[in-house]
Amino acid sequence: MELVVCIKQVPDTETRIKIAADGKSIDITGINWVVSPYDENALEEALRIRETKGEGGVAVMTLGPERAASALRSCLALGADRAVHLQDPALEGSDSLGTARALAAAIRRSRFDLVLVGQQGVGTDNSQVGPMLAELLDIPHVNVVTKLEIANGKIRAHRQIEGAVEVVECPLPAVVTAQKGLNEPRYASLKGIMAAKKKPLERLGLQDLGLDAADVGAAGARNRWTRLELPPARQAGKILDGEPEESTAELVRLLRDEAKVI
Amino acid sequence: MPQFEALDYYEIEDLLTEEERLVRDTVRSFVTEKVLPIIAHHNREGTFPVELVPEMAELGLLGANLKGYGCPGLNHVAYGLIMRELERGDSGLRSFISVQGSLVMFPIHRFGSEEQKAAWLPRLAKGEAIGCFGLTEPDFGSDPSGMTTRAVRKGNRWVLNGTKMWITNGSIADVALIWARERDQVRGFLVEKGAKGLSAREVPNKFSLRASVTSEMVLQDCEIPYENLLPGTRGLKSALDCLDQARYGIAWGVIGSAMAVFDEALRYAKSRVQFDRPIAGFQLVQRKLVWMVQEITKGQMLCWRLGKLKESGRATSAQVSLAKRNNVAMALEIARLARDILGASGITDEYQTGRHLCNLESVITYEGTHDIHTLIVGQDITGIPAFK
Repeated sequence: MELVVCIKQVPDTETRIKIAADGKSIDITGINWVVSPYDENALEEALRIRETKGEGGVAVMTLGPERAASALRSCLALGADRAVHLQDPALEGSDSLGTARALAAAIRRSRFDLVLVGQQGVGTDNSQVGPMLAELLDIPHVNVVTKLEIANGKIRAHRQIEGAVEVVECPLPAVVTAQKGLNEPRYASLKGIMAAKKKPLERLGLQDLGLDAADVGAAGARNRWTRLELPPARQAGKILDGEPEESTAELVRLLRDEAKVI
Repeated sequence: MPQFEALDYYEIEDLLTEEERLVRDTVRSFVTEKVLPIIAHHNREGTFPVELVPEMAELGLLGANLKGYGCPGLNHVAYGLIMRELERGDSGLRSFISVQGSLVMFPIHRFGSEEQKAAWLPRLAKGEAIGCFGLTEPDFGSDPSGMTTRAVRKGNRWVLNGTKMWITNGSIADVALIWARERDQVRGFLVEKGAKGLSAREVPNKFSLRASVTSEMVLQDCEIPYENLLPGTRGLKSALDCLDQARYGIAWGVIGSAMAVFDEALRYAKSRVQFDRPIAGFQLVQRKLVWMVQEITKGQMLCWRLGKLKESGRATSAQVSLAKRNNVAMALEIARLARDILGASGITDEYQTGRHLCNLESVITYEGTHDIHTLIVGQDITGIPAFK
C-alpha cells in the first residue's frame, strides 16, 4: 500500500506571533518551525498502516521555502521512506487552492492508495487543502477523522460529530484528514534521525509538476492577505464584592448592559 | 507546569546541525511529556523511574554515541545535547544514562573482546540489561590508585575481594564493571548479577539524586569466569578514560539543570509582586538573573567547543576537567540563587529548583570533585602535580 502524507511547516504553537512591518504577514525572526501538529497525526497513521501491513511506503510532501526541508527531514527521522519538496519561486504565495494544485500534481507522479493530511494547518487554519486535493485528484475524501480502518480496498473512517460518532466508508484511493486523537505521534528515535540522512529528498519545481505559473503562487491566488492584526489585549477581570444577592444582581446587570451577552 | 523556554542568549543553537537539533527536540519533548510529570513523585519516594528505561532505550539514548552493536552512533555534540536535555528533567536520570553509556557500554566497546561486545552491548542498548561501574571504594575516592579490591587468578576463574561504594545503579545492575588490582595492574572485570560472593546494598536516606539508585557493593571471594576480564584494560588509565567520557556528559548535563532553574526563577520573578511590582523589577533580583544568563551562556559555548574538539580527537582530559569544574559549580550556584528568588516557595517540591539544587550537591562531588578537577587543570598548566 502506497501512502502519501502532505505536511506543512508552521511556527511552533508556543510562538508569540508578531506582525511584520508590511502589516500583512508575520515577523519570522526567531521563530522555531515545526511540523503542523495535525500533520504529525497524519504521518503517524501512515507509519502505523505501513507497519501493520508490513509492506508499502510512506512518501511525505510539502510545499514551502528552503527552510521547509527541515520539516521533511524530521518526518524522515520519524520513519517516512522518502520526501518530496515542492519549491519554486513561482509557488511562493500560494493560497490553499494553489497549494492543493501543486501537491496534486506531485502526488499524481507515482502510484498511491491513500493520501493523509492534517485536518488543518495550524496558524492559517483554513482546513481546505485536504478536500481540494481530493477534488483535484477526483477521489473521495473523509475529513476530521479520529479512527481509521482499512480492509479489502476500502476505508472505514470514524468522525466525531455533534453528540455522535459518524462512520464513513469509501473506496481507495482516497484522502483522509487527520484529527487529534487519531493516534499519539511517536518520538523520532536517534537511529531514525541518523537514518534520515540517507533517505531520498526530491525537489520538484514548476516544470517538474507540469503546472502553469498563472495557476499557482501569488499569481494564481484567489485570496490574498490584506491585513493582519493581533487580537486585542485581554482586559483585566472584574471582581464583584458584597453579599451574593447584591453581587449576583450586579453581575446580571453587567452581563446585560456592558457585555451585552444576555 | 508552564512551557519550558530554553535560554539561548547568544543563539548558540544556530551552530548545531539539523540532526543535532532533531536530537535535542526529541529528548526535550520526551522529558517534558514523560519525565517531568512523574519525577517529583519519584524524588519524594526515593525511587528510580525504571518504567522510563524501555522508552529511553527505544529512543536510542543508551550508548547513543557508540557505533555498531545496535547503538545509533551519534556525534559528541548530539550526545552532549541528550545529556543536557535529560538533566533538564533530573540529574538522577541523566546519571543513569551516563553510567550505562559512558561507564559501562563505552568500556566494553573500547576494551572488551568481540565476544563481550556481542554479548553485552545490544542488550545494554535495548535496556534489557542495566550496568554499573565500580571504581570508588569506601576509603579511596579521589585517590583511586590506592584501591584495595584485588583479583586473583584461580585456574580458569578470577576471585575478587573488596568493597565498592557510591555505585550508581549498583543494586539494579545486571552487570557490574568492577575495577580491581590484578598483580600490579588495575584491570576491569565484568561481574554478572548473581555471581557467587557478590552482594549490593542500596545507600539509604539520601537528600540528593533521590530518583537514582546508589549502592555499596561487596565482593567476597566473588568468582567469575576467566573470560570476564576486559582484555583491553591496562591500569588505572583505562578507568580514567571512561571517566573522561562521563565527565564530558556531565559538563553538558548540568547546563540543563541550570536552564531549568533559571527558567523557573525568571518566570516566578516576573509574576511575584512585592511592594506593588514584580520582584523581577528590583535591581538585586535582576543582578541575580543576569548572572545566571551570563554563566549559562558561557557554559553552553564551552561545551559546544569541547564537543567539536572531541569530534576532531583533540579534547584533552584537562579540558574536560575544566568544563566539568566550571559548569557544575555554575549550575549549583545558579540553583542556589534560583531557590533564593523563589523565596519560601523554593523549599517545596511544587517547584523543581530545590530538587535540582540537592542533586547538584552530588554532581559537584562525583566523577572527580570540584577540587580534584582544579588540581588536574593545575597540573596541566604548571606541569607540577599537587596531589602526589
